[in-house]
Amino acid sequence: MKSLSDSELAARVAQDIPDGSYVNLGIGKPTHVSGFVPEGREVIYHSENGIIGVGPTPAEGEEDVELIDASKRYITAAPGAAYFEHADSFAMMRGGHIDIAVLGAYQVAENGDIANWATLDDKFPPAVGGAMDLVVGVPTILVMMKHVNRDGSPKLLRSCSYPLTGLQVVSRVYTDLAVLDVTPDGFRLIELMPGNTLDEVQAVTEATIHT
Amino acid sequence: MDKRILDLATAVARIHDGAQIMIGGFGSSGIPFGLIDALLDHGARELTVIANNAGAQETGIAKLLKEERIAKVICSYPRSPGSIWFERRYEAGEIELEVVPQGTLAERIRAAGAGIGGFLTPTAYGTLLAEGKETRVIDGRGYVMEMPLHADFALLRADRGDKWGNLCFHGTARNFNPVMASAAKYSIAEVREISDAPLDPELVVTPGIFVQGVVEYGVRP
Repeated sequence: MKSLSDSELAARVAQDIPDGSYVNLGIGKPTHVSGFVPEGREVIYHSENGIIGVGPTPAEGEEDVELIDASKRYITAAPGAAYFEHADSFAMMRGGHIDIAVLGAYQVAENGDIANWATLDDKFPPAVGGAMDLVVGVPTILVMMKHVNRDGSPKLLRSCSYPLTGLQVVSRVYTDLAVLDVTPDGFRLIELMPGNTLDEVQAVTEATIHT
Repeated sequence: MDKRILDLATAVARIHDGAQIMIGGFGSSGIPFGLIDALLDHGARELTVIANNAGAQETGIAKLLKEERIAKVICSYPRSPGSIWFERRYEAGEIELEVVPQGTLAERIRAAGAGIGGFLTPTAYGTLLAEGKETRVIDGRGYVMEMPLHADFALLRADRGDKWGNLCFHGTARNFNPVMASAAKYSIAEVREISDAPLDPELVVTPGIFVQGVVEYGVRP
């Protein structure tokens, strides 16, 4: 099997972000999606710590310690940006004003359930952040993750074993092996990443992949 | 009316043991580092801290955790890169943790400041964080009843303030600061600069009615 690199995957997700959309990128790998949106599209990025209109990373020496994104990286404000406080920020998220959110996940189930905030390890303190607010309020939830865990165990499941972040909320999953939609019948194959066959991908997926 | 306070030590002097304290900030921005350091010197213990994060490395809330001043943390994202003191205290069972979804945290604080007795949010419905809470289904959608979150004190960071307590902010440093100002009985803002002239009313983000004390602390860490 052939696995897409993180930046190849980010570039694939970016293809599906339409011109004129308001987008929230989850912390970690999803933040890289903004670097790959095709030229000519204006996409406006929301960061829950209080900015709509996240611009590119500042040049070295130009960083402003009070201008960061939710991943705590230094950012700039793009033309047309606005700052706001937290209650307003989550009104944008919960109130259905953001069009698309791209999130990482531990597990996604075939009915669209997502688990991405806590494991079953008691010693590992849970950290939910804004994930539960995003999944209930944003109409299109895109998940971007590895197809399997490091130990080879599946992440695309019949039902999640980890505590849920949200119920039946995921629209589409992008992995290093395939793109899958969540439908009333379960996962439906949209495309295989180059160099993979359906049989190979199904073999590392607990849930059934419909075609 | 003059809400200016001469120094950080005076600003935190009234904070008592066991107080419930909101602390503004997200990541490294908008954190009242000066007030937190003053609180450490002041010595209050058994504090309940309400904040988004639980500090990182040896700064801010992490210092209060290291010096064992905190009994309970209410926050959305306690674990972050370098949050060693939180992890150490949590693993040793020395602090109580209440994890609240970030939007619910902001809205519970807003509700307290706005005199709302509770509210219904779809966030966390059907998850572990809704367990034991009242729920309702409205137009086919599930909601969780959440209660207001009050505090005795709020420690805030702003860019500029005036003697009436009006505040304005810089960049993404406002985050939880404005909403927390409204929810505490006594809110203290550490500002980069106290303006001698009144702030332009068009540019005030947090009206001074929500702020009880303003202290200048120019260092932007």
